[in-house]
Amino acid sequence: MTDLALLAKQPEIKGRSLWVDAYWRFTHNRAAVVGFLVLAFITIACFSAPYLGLREQDDINWEMISVGPDFAQGYFFGTDQNGRDLFVRTLYGGQVSLIVGFVATMVSLVIGTLWGATAGFIGGRTDNVMMRIVDILYSIPFIFFVILLTVVFQKSMVLIYLAIGAVSWLDMARIVRGQTISIRRKEFIEAAHASGVSNWRIITRHIIPNCLGPVVVYMTLTVPAVILTESFLSFLGMGVQEPYSSWGMLISEGVDAMEIAPWAVVFPSAVMVVTLLALNFIGDGLRDALDPKDR
Amino acid sequence: MLNYTIRRLLGAIPTLFIIVAVSFFMVRMAPGGPFDKERKVPAEVEAKLMEQYHLDEPLPQQFLRYLGNLAQGDFGPSFKYKDFTVSELIWQGFPTSLALGLSAIAIAVLIGVSLGIFAALRQNTWIDYLGVGTAMLGIAVPNFVIAPIMTLVFGLMLHWLPVGGWGKPSNWILPIIALAIPQIAAFTRLTRASMLEVLRSNFVRTARAKGLPEVITLTRHAIRAALMPVVSYMGPAIANIVTGSVIVEQIFGIPGIGRYFVQGAINRDYTLVLGVTILFGGLVILCNLLADICYGLLDPKVRYD
Repeated sequence: MTDLALLAKQPEIKGRSLWVDAYWRFTHNRAAVVGFLVLAFITIACFSAPYLGLREQDDINWEMISVGPDFAQGYFFGTDQNGRDLFVRTLYGGQVSLIVGFVATMVSLVIGTLWGATAGFIGGRTDNVMMRIVDILYSIPFIFFVILLTVVFQKSMVLIYLAIGAVSWLDMARIVRGQTISIRRKEFIEAAHASGVSNWRIITRHIIPNCLGPVVVYMTLTVPAVILTESFLSFLGMGVQEPYSSWGMLISEGVDAMEIAPWAVVFPSAVMVVTLLALNFIGDGLRDALDPKDR
Repeated sequence: MLNYTIRRLLGAIPTLFIIVAVSFFMVRMAPGGPFDKERKVPAEVEAKLMEQYHLDEPLPQQFLRYLGNLAQGDFGPSFKYKDFTVSELIWQGFPTSLALGLSAIAIAVLIGVSLGIFAALRQNTWIDYLGVGTAMLGIAVPNFVIAPIMTLVFGLMLHWLPVGGWGKPSNWILPIIALAIPQIAAFTRLTRASMLEVLRSNFVRTARAKGLPEVITLTRHAIRAALMPVVSYMGPAIANIVTGSVIVEQIFGIPGIGRYFVQGAINRDYTLVLGVTILFGGLVILCNLLADICYGLLDPKVRYD
């Protein structure tokens, strides 16, 4: 309330801000809107699974072992080789995959933004050293380190999030640094300086909004990449452990039973692919919406 | 040019050292050792084993010993595959992985780049949509989904190709395709984007304005410039192929090096995991270096001095 009151007191120039513009362009991009709706639908479905009156993810039905989709009995995706409902398992697995995607992206966002912004703002020697470190880290095949990390930390789920996040911040750091440097030297910043705007207002009104575009775009593209990394680990048996599951783990189990139960690999794969496509469309849509170059 | 190459090679040494150091200490932090079995080994036997593999020494000393051996090209003995050294295991698997990876990358570049170029030249036609569609699909459909589904369709349903086994040339087809598809997608996307940008640039307009035939405008000016991002993506692409081959080798049961890595990590086979990580790290660094050098040769704006 106080924040609102404060905001109301400040006379701001009302104009078509970057964000209003971006919102308009995003909502007029059909692929992006469809992607957003699909993602919202899948997310809501996954997280409301416990309240939908479905089976539990580890309910075993001995009469329904490796049975294909059976709508009469409510097994929409069929069952796995243990007689568990694959539809329910896909939803619960989706929770894990989506949480990993989100949390790891946040970790990479925090590290990457801080690193990049620090390097960009301070500049000079510090910048050189910091970016050189990023260069060195770039040429390390990270997936091996993530695998080593999961071995070291005994497959704890939280550490999987952190490990994946900790290795996906490099691009973010580069983007933020580049953006910070280019903005810092722009004429409109100089103009703001000249007309006596305080540093703090320059940062909040000009630098942050201009950095945010690429960062948000890159975030939406990091989420699918992270979900893929997690699935990759789970597929190799190094990700989440029973009784939890994730899409990667379901696909891996499905591959083992592929010859007798192809639905066990097809359905989880399909849900994951649709989610990843949706995320990519949203990312592309945001990029088009926020790119100040093409107005 | 030579100067630059030497400088980059020297610069690779600290990177490689970091890879060795980080992976060495990380592997050692892992709980459980290579000799943990279901049944407890008698204490003397374990002590003897530890002594034989120098695991009883303090860590820093082990690290120095490892570095010393490494400098002589010796990755040490494998802990799990008793009669083999890590180098022997690597030489058993590496040629297969390398052949697999190189074929996949060759196919990916060939298909991806041509699809990207044609998509850009015929923007908003069916070939453009094909290119964009491929790019999207390859990004959203990972290796470990493509591989089993191809096995399902071409192996189990159509019986065109063998499902498992290794040795016949027909065994190579599915793994190579599975490895290549994500990279085809990446190359298509990159080439299309940079080609579209180049086609609108001033130097292409100039070339057209001075009446150069379209073919020459494209081959001598546009495509050459458009390939720059593709060349610099080659390094990461090779790294991705290497990572992808871990999965693909696992799925198709290919006796390559990726499988050793996964097995080694699970078995706590310290030396094997280290050896494979270092080998791959070195490979990635080398590929990045080669990509940068090619970049310099292609781009007249880049000068290394």
